[in-house]
Amino acid sequence: MELLCPAGSLPALKTAIDCGADAVYIGLKDDTNARHFAGLNFNDKKLAKGAQYVRDHNKHLHVAINTFAHPDEEKRWFNAVDKCVDLGANAAIIADIATLDYAANKYPDLELHLSVQASATNTAAIEFYKQNFNVKRVVLPRVLSIHQVKQLARNTDMDLEVFAFGSLCIMAEGRCYLSSYFTGESPNTVGACSPAKYVRWQETEQGLESRLNDILIDRYQPDEKAGYPTLCKGKFTVDDQLYHALEEPTSLNTLSILPELMQAGITSVKIEGRQRSPAYVEQITRVWRAAIDSYNKAPDNYRVQQDWDAVLANVSEGSQTTLGAYHRDWQ
Amino acid sequence: MKLSLGPLLYYWPKQTTEDFYQQAIKSDADVIYLGETVCSKRRELKARDWINLAKDLNQQGKEIVLSSMALLEAPSEIKVLKQLCENGEFSVEANDLGAIQLLSEKKVPFVCGPAINCYNAHTLKLFVNKGMQRWVMPVELSRDWLQNALADANKMGIRDLFEVEVFAHGHLPLAYSARCFTARSENKAKDDCELCCIKYPQGRASETQEGQQVFVLNGIQTQSGYCYNLLNDVESMKNLVDVIRVSPDSLESLQTLSSFKQQMLGQGQKVKLDDLQCNGYWHQIAGLSLAT
Repeated sequence: MELLCPAGSLPALKTAIDCGADAVYIGLKDDTNARHFAGLNFNDKKLAKGAQYVRDHNKHLHVAINTFAHPDEEKRWFNAVDKCVDLGANAAIIADIATLDYAANKYPDLELHLSVQASATNTAAIEFYKQNFNVKRVVLPRVLSIHQVKQLARNTDMDLEVFAFGSLCIMAEGRCYLSSYFTGESPNTVGACSPAKYVRWQETEQGLESRLNDILIDRYQPDEKAGYPTLCKGKFTVDDQLYHALEEPTSLNTLSILPELMQAGITSVKIEGRQRSPAYVEQITRVWRAAIDSYNKAPDNYRVQQDWDAVLANVSEGSQTTLGAYHRDWQ
Repeated sequence: MKLSLGPLLYYWPKQTTEDFYQQAIKSDADVIYLGETVCSKRRELKARDWINLAKDLNQQGKEIVLSSMALLEAPSEIKVLKQLCENGEFSVEANDLGAIQLLSEKKVPFVCGPAINCYNAHTLKLFVNKGMQRWVMPVELSRDWLQNALADANKMGIRDLFEVEVFAHGHLPLAYSARCFTARSENKAKDDCELCCIKYPQGRASETQEGQQVFVLNGIQTQSGYCYNLLNDVESMKNLVDVIRVSPDSLESLQTLSSFKQQMLGQGQKVKLDDLQCNGYWHQIAGLSLAT
């Protein structure tokens, strides 16, 4: 099983490789990827250095080109594919059908991974991408239960990659327009969810308020820990009941079901967080390397170590983790 | 331009649903979409019932399309999808790539529904080759985006091979989750939901702590808090849009169809939209905004 780690910068990439990642995934410095944030991602110079570092260590490099090409501007997405090939990357992670079509036709030898943003959750959809674009791997959306993941793995010969840790998207990725409903910008169209430029913090008599494009997302009392106002993790009312109507600020953590993922034949576990610091990448990568090695060494004795959980909780949203949709009770 | 009545996104009792469509068949809609698109546990009408309803309504001069689910996770859901695809008579609205796969294998013509990520003319071309006859644009896209995509389609020589439909009225389907937010709002687990969404024929409103209605919870689907309304934008759809969609939430939706008909005939007046309505997406601004 491959450990695939996020790298939003060259230092993060080096850290991931040094700490035991089998592969890293990166994005270009434009809106062709779903973490299009200021100060993040790779320009041409950094790309060359990053690719060299990965190659020197015999690891794999995946390039995320996972937003949707704008009409009349497809060239930008196609150029990203060209760059990925020029770099000698091991795989391109693509969501848009136009971009997949271009890559499959122009570079039949380029390994294509279907981005989670393409939202393929069933065998028929997987078959579509395999037949049309010879996709080699599918990244599964975080909406499937572990039972459904296993079922899929049994019913397809496609390589499957799942999210193992990180910020929890609670909607089928690529099919969530909540961000553009609030701000006009969404992961699909501009490569960002709840973009930072719309975030505003304000001390008021009722507490610290977080707003997204002026819409109140949450209000914190002095003893509460404030989190980034990702809009689906705010507090809202339903019939005067105030609660996290969609989801609490929490991170996905699948350490406890690693054996099940292994036994299901999952090809790769992906760590979310290209927007996070090299320090985050270091901690997460070390824990997951240890967990995978521990399982491989003695599968029957695999236990989640307390110190692993402690490290992960420390870098999690709201300091708490969940199995998310993998566990039916969450749903 | 034609008018369509989109698939019913809410969960109504069987009799209510059937009564609604007996009225809808007399409405100004040219096209009626039938079927469950949100949750496979909603079985007041099963696939067979929807197909029978389609046959029943088909005698009465309207185009009937069977709509399919957006989020397909279980083999049992694919089975139902196959049943719809093999109906032998009606075209199907695909709301997942899995549906496009099955429909193109069987060479059944299809409508590309709003839950499919089709953002550009290259994608349209590929879908046309698979049998797409109509494209319902993703709800987050604007008139400008549509215009650019269609200009490209024109250059590719495919513009005349499909119709364009725009979601123009109703609460916008914005997201799909594994989690059932209606069950959560009643403190129930999804597996024990007791199909409680049947109690909310227009979904459950959710507000910010300042009382701004931001979402409507509809099972695993999250809808826009405001009602999208492009009644004042019909003029700007001419030469771009072939079908205008009204998403039903009550018998009033049939009145809404008439209002759109008036606009299409150039006989309608500008309407003043209230605080719970929006049209932002069409104008390339935040979806919940109201351009005047």
